[in-house]
Amino acid sequence: MTVIAKETLIGKRVPKLDAPPKVSGEARYLQDIELPGMLFGKILRTDRVHARILNIDVSAAKALPGVHAVITAADTPNVPLGIGRDNPPLKGDKVRCIRDEIAAVAAETEEIAEEALRLIKIEYEDLPAVFDPAESLKEGAPVIHDKHPDNIPFTFEYSHGDISEGEKESDVILEEKVKLHYVTHCCMGVSGIIANFDSEGNLVVYSQTQIPFMYKKDISPVIGVPPEKIHVIQPVIGGAFGSKLDIYPFEPICIFLARVSRRPVKMVFTREEELVASPTRQPVELTIRGGAKKDGTLTFREVHTVHDNGGYTSWGATTPFVIMQTVSSLYRVPHCLYKTTVVYTNNPYSGSFRGYGNLQATYAVETHMDKLAEALGIDPLEFRLRNAQEEGETTPQGMRFHTCGFRDCLTTAAEKSGFREKHPAYKSGQEGPVKRGVGIASLLHVGGGAKIYRTDGCGTMLKVDDFGKVTVMTGSTDIGQGSETVIAQFVAEELGLPIGSISVINNDSEITPWDVGVHASRTTFIAGKSAQLAARKARMKLLKVASEKFDLAPGQLDLRGGQVVRAEDGEALMDLGKLIRSLHFSTKNDIVMTSEYYEPPSMMQDKEFKGDVSATYAFGTQVVELEVDTETGVVRILRVTAAHDVGRVINQMGIEGQVEGGIVMGIGYATTENLVVENGKVMNPSFRDYKLITAPEVPEIDMTFIETMDKEGPAGAKGIGEAPAICISAAIANALYNATGVRFYELPLTPEKVLRRLREAGGNGA
Amino acid sequence: MSVLHSIRFTLNGKPVRASVPVHLSAIDMLRDVLHLTGTKLGCGEGECGACTVIVDGVSVNSCLMFAVDCDGREVITIEGLRTDEGLNPLQKAFVQQGAVQCGFCTPGMIMQGTALLNRRSGMTVEEIRRGIEGNLCRCTGYRKIVDTIASALHETSSEEIS
Repeated sequence: MTVIAKETLIGKRVPKLDAPPKVSGEARYLQDIELPGMLFGKILRTDRVHARILNIDVSAAKALPGVHAVITAADTPNVPLGIGRDNPPLKGDKVRCIRDEIAAVAAETEEIAEEALRLIKIEYEDLPAVFDPAESLKEGAPVIHDKHPDNIPFTFEYSHGDISEGEKESDVILEEKVKLHYVTHCCMGVSGIIANFDSEGNLVVYSQTQIPFMYKKDISPVIGVPPEKIHVIQPVIGGAFGSKLDIYPFEPICIFLARVSRRPVKMVFTREEELVASPTRQPVELTIRGGAKKDGTLTFREVHTVHDNGGYTSWGATTPFVIMQTVSSLYRVPHCLYKTTVVYTNNPYSGSFRGYGNLQATYAVETHMDKLAEALGIDPLEFRLRNAQEEGETTPQGMRFHTCGFRDCLTTAAEKSGFREKHPAYKSGQEGPVKRGVGIASLLHVGGGAKIYRTDGCGTMLKVDDFGKVTVMTGSTDIGQGSETVIAQFVAEELGLPIGSISVINNDSEITPWDVGVHASRTTFIAGKSAQLAARKARMKLLKVASEKFDLAPGQLDLRGGQVVRAEDGEALMDLGKLIRSLHFSTKNDIVMTSEYYEPPSMMQDKEFKGDVSATYAFGTQVVELEVDTETGVVRILRVTAAHDVGRVINQMGIEGQVEGGIVMGIGYATTENLVVENGKVMNPSFRDYKLITAPEVPEIDMTFIETMDKEGPAGAKGIGEAPAICISAAIANALYNATGVRFYELPLTPEKVLRRLREAGGNGA
Repeated sequence: MSVLHSIRFTLNGKPVRASVPVHLSAIDMLRDVLHLTGTKLGCGEGECGACTVIVDGVSVNSCLMFAVDCDGREVITIEGLRTDEGLNPLQKAFVQQGAVQCGFCTPGMIMQGTALLNRRSGMTVEEIRRGIEGNLCRCTGYRKIVDTIASALHETSSEEIS
């Protein structure tokens, strides 16, 4: 008798399924795909920031040998795109920011396409431009879009309680203003697309999109192709981080070129183009005012932000949805008011970027918390513990914390970093120019999706074949984070299979069922749960078939190691493939194929932005220890101690990768990265001048996963994708204060800025 | 049209011949002329290391090298690391130790790692970090990449000792 023991892959170090082809060079990214007859597309972008277009002359470009198509706004339906529907793919009347697309060319080679662009002549009439949102709000400021003469496309307002009550209860009230800068995604694989129409007018798009299904619906009116004629194929994606959550002008432009030229057209950005013309993280100017009682209880918080929307509206404009969650609900705040004005300027525009406004919000809230603690004379850890949310609470904004590991995160990170001892020791003054500091900061983020549409669901179809191999077709998209592997783990767990027996299809809209898209740290939770439930259905069916065969109740059977086994002693009864073949080759004439659409039990927010928008919430605390040279301004981060409430670890190696990558991305935001925009122009569009963190700058990272075992999450998991990047910049600023006694209100904390601020503050603080 | 130059070199252990225009970069030749797309173009300016290949034992940014300069030399790309058994030990280690996320920087990282391993044994972790300083990664935070190269170096050194 062969006995098979029960095994689990949950929480193990499971190598990514897509890693072998990535290390061998076989993985085919968009950049690597070549279709027969394919042309190369290039876009002519404006060098003006605000100008009326008087004339576009493309005659010389059209006459160039090797050029198959030259298009301008006049050749397209000119339907605006983007979540604000204010961005025509090609600009025909005026340009509003530096990246604006005016014409495009498809040619036999990239060189010919570039030459053709140089032959296009444009006449402009420059218009007065505005780059400061405060100026843009003034009477008589240049109007960017006629539809919004006040330059305000959106405002947001959220409140609970009564600020004046909160003020009365306060023993301390502090106000500060922080200014947060432009950074950009810097995906190692630049943006691109391939578009091809067949003779029946069916469109195939090779796309890097994070939203393959909504992509079809959203792009359809812009290109005038019905959604059912659009087939989206997603080749391997070289990084996304939110940058591919919206549709940007290059996509319909390439599709127009394919239609006009009747050839497949490929468009791939240069790195310079990527830095100039892809979305950024939303820059924010944020005023935070709040108070507390002597005993350390928070009384109120008021936050006003101005969002520089740039020339058009993409997801950056909607980051207030997330900002207000941290403002209202990271800590217990009895009275709260949050207001945002989103303002058009002639600057570049922002999209979604890992953390989605929460880096900005958390920087303000957590540096402000530090300041309040100082003013009250309470230890910053104790102050946070006193106000931290707990399990079972429903926040005034309507978020329900069924599980909440926040306090555990705070105490664990503090204990493992030695925060309690180091903070007072460093604060008491240090000899010499190089000073050490520790800083603490925490975060709240959605951990079970975010219901920003009427559904936040994901579909799965699952097939068990006649050799016991499982194919999982999921609507979710893998952007490198490892969702494919996590999905396979959940399926392996239900069906008792080794991970190698499972393949995941997640990149073809003709095959895979619907999903909202990869955003809001939702994929492990939502797509994972969907796959788990689909696999559970297959398991039930297999056990039922086996129960008839072996005359045992389904509950007396189990699936292990690719076999049907007797549950009580693990005796192998039949190979899974053989069991399925018996279904095919018998009067049963059946297959094992299941489907599932998982909809999380969350709700859309009401008009006041209240509601339980996620099925669960993630918490985390990070402590930073650093050294700052007060003579040079150089900050060296020595150690990050992170504790995250992740529900449950599904793939230990994968989650470590998410946390390490997120922390380093957050350190880049805080200390080195800065997309310099002067008078609307991007001044540093290269990796020489846009400084990403490199390997030698990475600090020691110690991480602890707090397993709160979420009841709704698959196997207890919560989302983790965005969380690790969110609070590190506040922890760094707080550590700098601990080291120097000076507060920092602007990022990034480059040596130049640190030194200037140290001199300006003269060492006597805030 | 520019004049084509006929060059011969060794690519992944096999002799090859190619006719290339004088301005063509090595990466464009590898990807577009020889159809080896494992080598990735990340910036085209020698700043990101995604296009790293090994030429005569030395790692180079193939975006900064002219194709004609490959003439007479020995070039190894990510495709050349594959053994009869499949992935080579460093490639396997990248898989097993989670050093890959989106994977776009991975071929360049592995080529740079290979060059470091070839150069010498007994490197410190700090030297490995500095050794991959020219290779950007946006996903992993580098830690698993450094650890993977360090463990592969350790394996190589132990083999040499035994």
